[in-house]
Amino acid sequence: MIDAIEQNLLREVADLDSLPVGAYNIRANGQLAGRNTTANIDIVTKDDKPGIDIYIRPFTKNESVHIPVILSQTGLTDLVYNDFHIGEGADVTIIAGCGIHNCGGGNAQHDGIHTFYLAKNAKLRYVEKHYGEGDGRGKQVMNPTTIVHLAEGAQMEMETTQIAGIDDTLRKTSGDLAEGASLVIHEKIMTTGDQHAVTDFDVDLNGEGCSANVVSRSVAKDVSKQEFISHINGNCACAGHSECDAIIMDHASVIASPALTANSVDASLIHEAAIGKIAGEQLIKLMTLGLTEKEAEDQIVNGFLK
Amino acid sequence: MLELRHVGFETDDNKEILRDVSLTVQDRFVAITGPNGGGKSTLAKVIAGIYQPTSGQILLDGVDITHLSITERANLGLSYAFQQPVRFKGLRVKDLLSLAAGKNTSVNEACSYLSEVGLCARDYVDRELNDSLSGGELKRIEIAMVLARGTKLSIFDEPEAGIDLWSFQNLIRVFEKMYEQTRGSILIISHQERILNIADKIVVIKNGQVEKEGARADILPALLGSADAGSPACSVLADKVEGVRK
Repeated sequence: MIDAIEQNLLREVADLDSLPVGAYNIRANGQLAGRNTTANIDIVTKDDKPGIDIYIRPFTKNESVHIPVILSQTGLTDLVYNDFHIGEGADVTIIAGCGIHNCGGGNAQHDGIHTFYLAKNAKLRYVEKHYGEGDGRGKQVMNPTTIVHLAEGAQMEMETTQIAGIDDTLRKTSGDLAEGASLVIHEKIMTTGDQHAVTDFDVDLNGEGCSANVVSRSVAKDVSKQEFISHINGNCACAGHSECDAIIMDHASVIASPALTANSVDASLIHEAAIGKIAGEQLIKLMTLGLTEKEAEDQIVNGFLK
Repeated sequence: MLELRHVGFETDDNKEILRDVSLTVQDRFVAITGPNGGGKSTLAKVIAGIYQPTSGQILLDGVDITHLSITERANLGLSYAFQQPVRFKGLRVKDLLSLAAGKNTSVNEACSYLSEVGLCARDYVDRELNDSLSGGELKRIEIAMVLARGTKLSIFDEPEAGIDLWSFQNLIRVFEKMYEQTRGSILIISHQERILNIADKIVVIKNGQVEKEGARADILPALLGSADAGSPACSVLADKVEGVRK
């Protein structure tokens, strides 16, 4: 059922060489290509719209769920709604990813809308990787939307990566946090050619003592365009921090628009944004170690996005 | 052997920084000293290829490297420890030691280089070279990178700056060990009497020119003497020497 191209996409987005251990749901070209559930993790197909519900029992520990999506047909637009219900006190890892191989003339598009409901004191590590390849004229387009609802004391760490091959993307992430909840987001983006990436974070800090940390590192090459937007809204005694750090190269363009709103005197909010080219002295240092200028540049970019 | 023949360097706005500098470096330790602003760091950068000389010739083991790039000179066996080390977001100490060594350095190898420069290695191999490291820590890592390269010519621009708490004896031991391993030449820009004390040869650069050069025994007493006498020519050196004595 899974051919060589699809196998490669799976490897790129989910580090999978074979079927994963534990729960998984593999979606290929808009169809279910494999599913496994465990005693603590159930995966149910939605009956009102495309997508799945993933239920993780309270106090489930050290389990993982893989939910890769792969597209290898040109001209296909895939829209999917996945909802994740993480039970009280659970501590799990979810690995999502979308890979597109488009060698045809039409666009291949995947729009994933992921909604997370973390119950009290639940802990989640969510890893998401987006990758595109293909030498056709069609574009690879991805518009992931992530919505997170964190109940009291819940903790979520999200790592999202888009390094290669996505021509056009609008990444929207929004969240609301209850008392003592914590949300940490690490985003890495690289755009090349005439790619365009917009990333938009909107976080409401609603509960006493909750915190959010949004960190984005990006590299814009060639004539690509990037836009980073973040809104952190502090509505109580809380801590919010956003950081956008971009390396700009060639004739690329980067916009960083971090915004903070404090609706409470006890909200502590900080944003940092920096856009700059690779420092000449960094290149020179690596060249004195024997690297060519191009090799030095690659090392700096790879290290920055590691 | 490094040989400079009548090397000159002018900035783009025609300010002359180096004028007719000729010297040879074939001894174990060669120290370059002289007042601040005299052209010492510029000379190091001209040797490393960061600046192209506007006149003269540079030869390394008889090969004319005057017009070679930084990378080409590095690959011919030239290392350069910056006065102000560079920070890299995302690159770890181990990554840079691997790049310096030209191979994937094992944790044990990385640890041995770091231990040499007085850093507790396990705490550092996975650290990023970012703002979380102090100037002194970066300076030691910079020296460790040159150790990892082990080339026939190593240039250090004020290696003692920023590592005050680390005993000079250790720094000197690093240079001695480096020489034992490479049997090459070590060129050190320094104002410190204790570093000048281990030099086989001392070169005094002032106003962009070689003011004096020769064996330590011939140069150092006069330098310290003139410093003690408060000669304006060596007033900066005098300050530095006083600093050490205190």
